[in-house]
Formats: sequence, structure tokens, C-alpha cells
Amino acid sequence: MKVKLYDIAHGRAGDKGNTLILSVIPYNEDDYVRLCSIVTVGRVQEHLKDIVLGSIERFELPNISALQFVCQKALSGGVTTSLDIDTHGKTLSYALLEMEIDF
Amino acid sequence: MKEQIRIGCGAGFSGDRLEPALVLAEKSELDYLVLECLAERTIALAQKRRLQDPAKGYDPLLERRIRMLLPALKKNNIKLITNMGAANPGGGAARIIEIAKELKLNIKVAAVGGDDVFDRIDPQQNAMETGEPMANSGRLISANAYMGADGIVAALQTGVDIVITGRVADPSLFLGPMIYEFGWSTKDYDLMGKGTVTGHLLECAGQITGGYFADPGKKDVPGMATLGHPFADVFKDGTAVISKVAGTGGVINLRTAKEQLLYEVINPHAYYTPDVIADFTTVRLKETAADQVRVEGGSGREKPPTYKVSVGYQAFYLGEGEISYAGSNALGRAELAAEITSERLKKQFPAVQVDYIGISSAHRAAFGEHPEPYEIRLRIAGKADDPETAALIGEEVEALYTNGPAGGGGVRKQVNEVIGIISTLLDRDSAKATVKLYQS
Repeated sequence: MKVKLYDIAHGRAGDKGNTLILSVIPYNEDDYVRLCSIVTVGRVQEHLKDIVLGSIERFELPNISALQFVCQKALSGGVTTSLDIDTHGKTLSYALLEMEIDF
Repeated sequence: MKEQIRIGCGAGFSGDRLEPALVLAEKSELDYLVLECLAERTIALAQKRRLQDPAKGYDPLLERRIRMLLPALKKNNIKLITNMGAANPGGGAARIIEIAKELKLNIKVAAVGGDDVFDRIDPQQNAMETGEPMANSGRLISANAYMGADGIVAALQTGVDIVITGRVADPSLFLGPMIYEFGWSTKDYDLMGKGTVTGHLLECAGQITGGYFADPGKKDVPGMATLGHPFADVFKDGTAVISKVAGTGGVINLRTAKEQLLYEVINPHAYYTPDVIADFTTVRLKETAADQVRVEGGSGREKPPTYKVSVGYQAFYLGEGEISYAGSNALGRAELAAEITSERLKKQFPAVQVDYIGISSAHRAAFGEHPEPYEIRLRIAGKADDPETAALIGEEVEALYTNGPAGGGGVRKQVNEVIGIISTLLDRDSAKATVKLYQS
């Protein structure tokens, strides 16, 4: 079944300089392993191609059943000098959750 | 040495709500209240205020927060730890003493400094972000090292009621009292890691009690208008139980704790602070009661050999103008307005930023198919070297009233000076925490 990541997971965005940090946390911890196989770096890179200009690294946290995506060159230079409305990129947690997946 | 202490966090950024800290001070039997009020750029702005008035440079909300909290802190024998000293911890301490005198309260305050390393950085050294000499970014105006818990511990050893610091790593504000009360060795890196995990969970205050979490229908949070801020019972072995005052709004559960644990963490295996390199992948979280999460595990390894230094520089003047279009062909008219404005400004601004608020301004993209919205707000923004040039952007947007597409309204324009932040590293021996005492 096609669903949005939003339907099965939640997350928060953080920033450090020009680096965007996105957590993806399944509502149901039993979904964690399947999410690991579906929400790959490649899928996220493709989905966020208009936002993330650098590389993406994924960290797996089985201890809390969560994934963390660390995205380089993603915040138009970073919070202090970006011309964007959302200089922190705080709204971008919901950009990732827009991803459609087969689940 | 104590077996257990209770630490609350009553503010998670400089503009945070005021009264949750008072609720904590009055109703949660705290040993310590922490107010974290210093963002990356706040200290550079504070440095500018200090240049204009040497007595200033501490947090602009210090007076209101302290005046409100002091009686409850004194009555309930709660120690306050805060980074509201910003660019001038001594000035902040002096102001706290004045307020205490007005309220006829006897208190002792320690100002913890040593973070201002402006005279020790080399402008020709490369910035971590740009890979180029820092001086290339603009005129440097401040340099503050992220200090560790050691200055806070030294201050607490003098028996003060309030510790006010400049730049200190956020979790260190919480780790300080743990080291002091439990007699932890600062070389016990697993304990430093555990304390840092708890500090990190608390440091954004409402962000672990349902703030910045709610999504109606998906993640419902009750009573957000009276959101309670968190406190933790921390035990000598480094475990902690995070909770909030009964009757306050908000929620603490596994989901809120997970979101906050990962917040702004660039590498969960190696979370760098001046005290430790903490490992968040060994943390275990457990819901133990309603609005209560137990934090176990967490570990760490030897602290980094250098301090991270935030360097502020004068970046540019930001000019902005906004105008709304609504009804049929709103987007078409907004696009025409953008075209006209861009052409008018192209001499001074080869590339202005154009945002269509309601379509693609926040995500810089839109995902999936969306019907055209009923109304659009156009935003034009650009960088300039001086405020007069920056102001041209708002002026051109405003002139659309009589020279632009039909039906534009609600123009707002502004010019702001922008302080940028870059980072560098500094050898530990080049910065030492200082403690100065003040008494009312």
C-alpha cells in the first residue's frame, strides 16, 4: 500500500550551520526494521534533491527505534546568513515526511 | 554528597515563555533551576549592545526573568544556573544584585566568564564552514568559546545562590550541578556522557514536554497554552527520570523524548561537548508513568582537546518586501510583480530571492500535486552592503501599489543588519573559566 512517511512516522528538524538534521521515528516501534530497508539514503537524496545539495548520512538507532539523516549543504548557507524565510530549516521535518513509500 | 538531585529547565531559548520557570520554582521542589537563553548568534548581538553600553550585553530579558523568579528561588532554596550573562556575565551578575537589593533579598551570585577569546583567535585561520580565512567572511566582532561544566562547578563550590555564565555548552549547564553534588570525577566519561544526555534532553525546555511536537490528530498535546517545562530527578549513577509539574499542560512520553534526544545531533555516536564525547546510541528510554520517562544507559569517551569557538562577523544588510495577491490568477499577478521588481532592482541586486508564500517558500520546493491556493504572498529579499541599498527592495515592493499588477495589498518592508557566525577551534590551554563573586 502506498502511504506517506507522515502516516507512519514523526520527526523533528535541527540545524548546525549549513547542515540539516532530520529524525524519522516510527509511531510503531515494530515498523523500525522495515523502515530501515525502505527509507534509504538513496531514497532520501532523491526526495530532497531540491533542498539538499550535499551528501546525506544515515544513522540507525535501534536503541530507540529511530533513524537520523544528516544532510550537508541543505540550508542556503545556514541560519545566520540564509535569505530564506525559514532560515533554520525548521519546517523541513515535514518535507521528508512527504515522501511516498510502499508499506 | 547527595544520592539524587532535581533539576528543572525553565527556558530553552532567549525568547522563551517566562512563567513556566516560575511554576517550576514554586511547585516542583527543585534543587536547581536552569535557564538556557543563548543561541548561536545571540552572543554576537549581545556583544554589539555591550559596545554601545559597557554595562549591558547580558540577556535583554534577564531583568524580567530574575525579578519574577528571585522570591520563589530564595523561599524554596533553589539554586539558579543560567547563561543569561551572554557577552557580559559580570554585568548580568551586578544587575541581579541590584534587583535583589530592591526586593530586600540577600543573595550571592557568581559570574562565570573566560569564554570571550576574541583576542586569541587568528583572523587568518580558516573557518570550519568555509575553509577560508575567517577575515574573508567580514569584519569579525566577537569570538566565544563553548566552555564546559568546570567553571560552573567552581562557582557552586563557593556556595552561591546563582551562577550566571557567558557561552557554555548547553548540556554543561546541567552537568555542572551533577558533578558538584555527586562528586563525579570529570574523567569518568561514562558518567559525563550520561549527565550530558540528560542535559541535552532538558536544554530545550518545552521541546520535551510536547512543545514543538504537536500535530493535531496525529500527535495531540493537551493544554499547550499552559505548557509545563520539564524537570529531572537525576541519580548518582547517572540515570534520570524526566517529568513535569502535575496540572500543567503538555505531555512527556517516549515520542517526545526521542524527538528531543535526536534534536540537532550531527552524530549520535559522538556528540561533542567540552566535557565529553557522548554516545547517544547506548541510551535507553522507558515510560514509567504518565508524563514520566526514565533515561538509562548513555556513555562517553574522552573530551575533545579543543574548544569550539563561535565567531560573529558583520555579514550584510537584509532588505525585504512583501505583498499579497488574492482571488483569480493570484499566482499569475504575484509572478508578474516579482518579474517587475527583479527588473527594477537588477542593477543593485543581480539576483534577488523570490518566495511565493503559500506555495514554496518554506520548503523551497513543493511535494505532490497541490491546487493553486486562493491567495499568495510574494516576498522579495536581498543582501546589501549598506542599509540604504537594502531599503530599495522594500521601496520597490511598496511602489507596486500604483505601478504593479492589479489587486496587490498589505505591503510590509524591512531592513535588518545581519550578523553571521562561523566557527573555529581553540586549544584548551588558551581559555580558562573565571569565577567572580557578587553579593547583595
